[in-house]
Amino acid sequence: MNDQETYTACKQDKKWRDDFPIEWEGDNYVSRREMVKFLTLGSLFLAVANWLMAFAPRFLRRGSHNRQLLGLSDDLRRNGSALFRYPTAKDLCIAVRTSEGKLVAYSQVCTHLSCAVIYDKTEQSLFCPCHNGRFNLEHGAPIAGPPTRPLPRIRLEESDGRIYVTEREA
Amino acid sequence: MSEAAFFIDYSRCIGCEACVNACAECDTHRGTSMIHLETIERRDSVQTAPQICMHCEDPICAQVCPADAIKKTPDGVVQSSLKPRCIGCSNCVLSCPFGVPKYLSSIDQMMKCDMCYDRSSVGKKPMCATVCPSGALTYTSMEEIQRTRQGIPINSWKFGKEEVKTKVYVMVPREVERVEIGLVQINATPLALPNDPYDVALMLEEM
Repeated sequence: MNDQETYTACKQDKKWRDDFPIEWEGDNYVSRREMVKFLTLGSLFLAVANWLMAFAPRFLRRGSHNRQLLGLSDDLRRNGSALFRYPTAKDLCIAVRTSEGKLVAYSQVCTHLSCAVIYDKTEQSLFCPCHNGRFNLEHGAPIAGPPTRPLPRIRLEESDGRIYVTEREA
Repeated sequence: MSEAAFFIDYSRCIGCEACVNACAECDTHRGTSMIHLETIERRDSVQTAPQICMHCEDPICAQVCPADAIKKTPDGVVQSSLKPRCIGCSNCVLSCPFGVPKYLSSIDQMMKCDMCYDRSSVGKKPMCATVCPSGALTYTSMEEIQRTRQGIPINSWKFGKEEVKTKVYVMVPREVERVEIGLVQINATPLALPNDPYDVALMLEEM
């Protein structure tokens, strides 16, 4: 290739220049196809991210299984409640003996905005004073107020007049 | 009256450096002056010449930019490098026939005159043209410059085989139609080059 050929080759319009234009308008121009591509891929990404976020807790929080002594059965009267921490000192929980004598326990952290729920003796349900949220005692399911998800359940075991915590459900 | 254009009249420059300092006060590149004030035949003369970006119609600085960082606006102003894109390779610095782009190692980015785009895009004069006391740098209409000056404005250059058209005009004597500049062979040995009595390196050796 002599000088003249190199010169003409340099002067020719190159196809890649369409994608990297020198003009300001060309650089800022978004074609319809690019826009649709962005919207499609963007919404696909958001959908996938949403599903991942929805299912991530199932894989990340597998619950806890170490057995701990909670206290004596006699200390927890019917229609009464007791607070404890399980599995770590940061996880507040509440144990309730219903008026029928059944023993249940749930995480004390409201699933709405993480206030501490308390046992309401008259209504016989778990009550969150922050936004008047209520959870039933049978399943910890939300029955009133803003919470939509049930409280995580803590499994208790009663033997020889003692109460043991055995498992936290995720 | 036609649209305002930039005119450089090198012969009118008095070397006061007002443009250099005014340039540094421009809002688009605060604190950094983009003007080159060149000395002409320094051994025998005190003549100086301001050099702003000529804003080529086909800007070679943008053509050689591998990072797609130099853009030309619809009104023909070649902008300084885009900060997120410039990789500081200095291709533009080497390619510009007017020696305009500056590589600033402190920010690892090229910066060049953008004709004070914040001002000129809204019809104001660029900073340098507002302060030049001798009219070496003028931002005015074509009619006005033809009415008030002796020479004629041209914007056509030839570097070797390469023809360059610029947005900025320079004032030349009436008989000149185009500025032609011969090229020096790259990789030539110093002995083969034409003897330049104004070579600064040679001057220093003589001292």
